[in-house]
Formats: sequence, C-alpha cells, structure tokens
Amino acid sequence: MLETELFVAADRLPGAVPAYSARLEPAALRPACEQARADGARLVALWGSDETPRGRGFALHVALAVPVGLVWLTVPLPVEHPRYPCIADLFPSAARMQRAAYDLLGVHADESADHRKWLRHGAWPGGTFPLRKDFDAAKKFPLTEDRYPFVKVEGEGVHEIPVGPVHAGTIEPGHFRFSIVGEKILRLEERLGYKHKGIEKRFESMTLAEGARLAGRVSGDSTVAFAWAYAMAVEGASGTETPPRAAALRGCLLELERIANHLGDLGYLGNDVSLSFGFFQFWRLKEDLLRANDATFGHRYLMDLIVPGGVARDLAADNAARLIAILDRIESEVRQLRSIYDEHAGVQDRFMTTGAITADLAARMGLTGFAARASGIRQDLRVDHPVAPYESMEIRIAVQEAGDVAARVAARFDELFESTRVLRRLLARLPEGPIQSDVALPSAGRTGVGWVEGWRGEVLVALDAAADGRIHRLHPHDPSWQNWPLLERAVLGNIVPDFPLINKSFNLSYSGQDL
Amino acid sequence: MYQLLKQIAKVGIKTEAPPDADERLRVLSGELDAVVLKHFGRALAIRHVDAGSCNGCELEIHATNSPYYNLERLGIKFVASPRHADLLLVTGPVSRNMEEALRRTYEATPDPKLVVSIGDCACDGGVFGESYASCGRVANVIPVDVAVPGCPPTPTAIMQGILTAVSPRRK
Repeated sequence: MLETELFVAADRLPGAVPAYSARLEPAALRPACEQARADGARLVALWGSDETPRGRGFALHVALAVPVGLVWLTVPLPVEHPRYPCIADLFPSAARMQRAAYDLLGVHADESADHRKWLRHGAWPGGTFPLRKDFDAAKKFPLTEDRYPFVKVEGEGVHEIPVGPVHAGTIEPGHFRFSIVGEKILRLEERLGYKHKGIEKRFESMTLAEGARLAGRVSGDSTVAFAWAYAMAVEGASGTETPPRAAALRGCLLELERIANHLGDLGYLGNDVSLSFGFFQFWRLKEDLLRANDATFGHRYLMDLIVPGGVARDLAADNAARLIAILDRIESEVRQLRSIYDEHAGVQDRFMTTGAITADLAARMGLTGFAARASGIRQDLRVDHPVAPYESMEIRIAVQEAGDVAARVAARFDELFESTRVLRRLLARLPEGPIQSDVALPSAGRTGVGWVEGWRGEVLVALDAAADGRIHRLHPHDPSWQNWPLLERAVLGNIVPDFPLINKSFNLSYSGQDL
Repeated sequence: MYQLLKQIAKVGIKTEAPPDADERLRVLSGELDAVVLKHFGRALAIRHVDAGSCNGCELEIHATNSPYYNLERLGIKFVASPRHADLLLVTGPVSRNMEEALRRTYEATPDPKLVVSIGDCACDGGVFGESYASCGRVANVIPVDVAVPGCPPTPTAIMQGILTAVSPRRK
C-alpha cells in the first residue's frame, strides 16, 4: 500500500473493498482526524466494542472514507473510565454516533457539546450498557420514565408541534419536535431510537452463517445492500473469493433494489403534492417489478439471496430475458411519467426550491447517497471504489446542483435509468460458473469490511470475528445516520405542510439507525 | 394534461379480485358478534402502528393501496389517528422503546376494536426475538385477533388478515 497517501500508518485489510486498518492511542485520535478532515475525508461510521474477554479494555472504532478507500481506526480505551476525545466538531455526523456509543457501551466522548442520551429511552437504566460482554441480553428492566430535554425555541409567537412516535401515515416511528412561527419552521429537532431492538447485541449470539439473515433485516428496504455488505465483511475476514457469476448476480440484485425504492418514492412524491396519479402509476410499475423479482429470484424484496460466499439462488437464462423485457417496459413508461412530472406546473412549483441543502453544507455535515449527489457532491462507491461487477460498468454519477426536492427527484430518475442500463448489461452477459464458494471459518480476531452503495447511500458492515465461526462484534451502519441531521437543516424556513414532501424526498431509515 | 389523461386511459384498470378470509390466521376466538360485524363489516378504518419492524412489512402495507390491490375499494381505509380507527395493524417485534406508545395507541382506539399483527416478527418475535430491547411478538403487549406470518407477508396475505378479522367466525 501507499502509506504516503494516508494520514496514518495503516495495514491493508484483506477483502474486496480497499480498506486499511490502524491502531491509535486516544491522544492521537484528534490530530489524525484533523489531518483526515483537511485531506477531505468523510466520516462513515463510529462505534465501540468491549475487548475485556480478550484481556483488554474497550475500544472506539472510527471508519473514514479517504480517496484511496476506507480507513478503520481502532482506539484502545481503559476498562476504568473509558474516554476518548470528541470528534463531532470535525465530523458533525459523529455527534449522534458518539451518544449511541455511550448508551450502548459506556464509552465517553470528552468535550462533547451534547451528552444527551440517544438510543436509550426507558428500557434500560443509565449506567447499564447492553453491549458490554457481561450484560445479559435476555434481561428485562422495568420501563422507566423517558425524560428528554429538547432544545426550546423562545420568542414572540413561537410555538411547538410535537409529532410522533406514532405517525399519521404508514411510516416508521420517531419523534419530530417543530418550533414554528405561523407556518414557518424555525427549528426541527429529531428524537429517534424508538425502534432500537438490540440488533448489535443479537449478532454477538449468532454464528456468521446465521447473521446473514439478521443483516438483511437491519433496514428492510435496503436488505440487498446490507446482505451484500455483510457477505463482503465475512468474505474479507475469511479470505473467500466470490465466483464471477455470483458477483454479477449481486450487482443485479442491488440495482433491482435501487429501482424498486426509487419507483415507490417517486410515486409518493407525486402523492405528497396532491398528484395521486403519480402514486398509482409508479406503484403499478413497482408492483410489476416486485412480481418479476418474485418470479425470477423467489422473493419480492430479494431477501436472503446474498449469502457469504456468493448467492443462494441462480437465475435461469429465460428468467434473465424476462427481467430485461420488464425493465425495458418500466424504463419507457418512467420516461413518459418523468415528462408528465417535469411539465406539471403544480408539481414543479412544490418541488423547486423546497428543502434545499447547499453543496457546502452537504460536504460539511457529511451527507451521503443520492441526496449528496443531488447537492452537487460527486461521490458513489460504484465509481470511486468499484468491486465486481462494477469495475467495467462505467457508472454515470447522477449529479444535480440545486439540492432541493426537485434535484433529489431528478437524481432518482437518473439513477433509475442508469440502473436499468447496468442491469441490461449484466443480465445479457452473465458469466458462467458456480454461484457460491466455500467459506472457511475466520480465526478469532480477524476483521472484515463490507462497503456498498445502497439505494439510499453507503452501507457499511464492520466485522470482528470470534472463535468457532461466531461474532465478537459487528456494526451495521445505515447511511441514515449521516442524513437524518441534514433533514433538520433542509426544512428550515420551509412551511410545515412541506415537511412530509421534504422528508419523503430523502426517505430515511429509522430501523437502520435505531438498530 | 393530455399526456396525463392519455396515460390513465392507456393503463386502464389493473385492480385484481381481493382474497377471501382465512380462518387459520385467527388467534382470538372472535369476540365481536355477528351483529356488530354486520355493521362494522367492510367499512373499516385502520390505524397502522410500526412497533419496531425492519420496515419490510411497511413496504407491503403501502402496496395494499397500489392499483393491483386497491384496499380502499373495499371500504377499508387508513386513518391518521387511533381515535378514528376500528382496527390496529401492528408490525414489529415490539421494541421496548415502543411498548408504551403501542399500549397507549391501543387504549386510544375506541371499543370494539380489532388488532391484526403483520409479519413473522409481530407473530413470534422473528429474527430479533425477545431481549433487553425487544418484547417479541405483539400479543405480548396487546391482545391480537388475527396474526399474519411472512417476511414480509404479501399484500394479498395482509388483506386476507384484515378481511379475516372483520368476517364472522365460521364454525
């Protein structure tokens, strides 16, 4: 590896993703992050682990994206008073991750401006940490009152609208606290964590084979992205190569997932500006695609198809042709629908200038995925660090400049068309051969990384293996961690009735960040 | 506008026949008598509560309103408040952070009320099970009339669960 290109001395981790690992003392964390930030790095994830069964203390982990790939920093922390320097001033999206790391593991960020709890509500008491190895996962504490100090906005005519956790539509649960004057939003504060169901602790009771199913349910709408990232991490840790046919099929599955999600959201975005025509048209096409998924791969959402070593089910040649035919039809219909959206004055009036995020703010806060690209950030793992089958796909990045709802809609249309192009290419030339390799059990302490450009943004799975094919620690990271704080910014100055529209234009995962 | 109308005319009506009720999905022995159901029947207001799902089940609940399934044509519609609802459609395992909210939503729903749990996790805790953070199945927190398994259950299965809940129990 080229150490000169990195801000720390690091070792290359085995696996498909260009990932590097480095150990740092707590005092070295901030200088390293400052240097990384100056080099244009972005924060991918931050989490903690309990290393006491290995005769050490705790550890903080920070994953940063740099031009050559991913750098996984591990910072050992003592058993007594595990503390590390806060990095949320350098990478704002770290703030909630640091709070979650405290709630789950009791590792404390010094000098942090926000020490409020995040994932802990009333289900376990403060000072008790579920991800510590001596914590009994089955233990149930009595529910206690959940007090949370929201930031109060004061002034003449300011009032609050509390919304959730149970929302008015078919949406995941979370709480939104609006401070408004008239109809205008002065501040939005999110409170999430309602769906915390102990996913990370659960992984630690599983074998690597069992974990694949759970990884596919971290966020159901991104099941392919998570299953792939999980498989990639296991393959990295165990030194497994995936056969070319499996890699090509994985690419097909990921792009099918991207298309299905964009179809659904494009329908709802029409619905949210009172064009119910859009909902019915796009959801008809989405249903056509889901049925095609079911007929060809055996599952409408393509769950449990990507497994460590390859894919669980092959695609028959006539089914590949069938998928191409349906994709051709969907694409031509979506082109027609796009022109209807584009020429509809009422729709464009609601889409344009609404919920805008500037490129500067997006870069500073670490926005990811198609939302980042809609704010002018040229970043896509399929292009920046392509793994098979993307090396030869020449993905065109769907970049927009305005950063508003209209730009996110345009980016979704562009990505949908690009995905159909990629799928046609992959399906027409599927390599022959096996669809699975044998996966050897990684030895204890082996690590692996999976990093996948899901439909919403970059999904990371970081694995630290235990003995006998079990999991010592696994952190699945949804891009919603990065993007939720930007929703708070996107709504500022907009009117309350535009919130559902702005929210849907991002469509973030609650389950994926609540874990 | 011409393009829009042309598209509607070209596509036509896609809605398919609804499924029949399925007694095997029933958990509680129908506390509502036939007289109530006769009035209640197919003019039903549903409040959806996601009590901790992975959001997979939500995708299929959305799909029940898509043109192929068109749940609303049966007089069954989703409402914004439990106070307007006859039936709660609950997904999850119930996270402990949602336990209180689910209970309160149930209490806010006027009697007589029905509960249909959607998905493997809502039926038995699924892949998440029970833990410090998860109550497991919905029936561990509120009474459930009909349970629809599946990961996620198809829109047809979800409709079947709802229709089972509002059909009189067959002897």
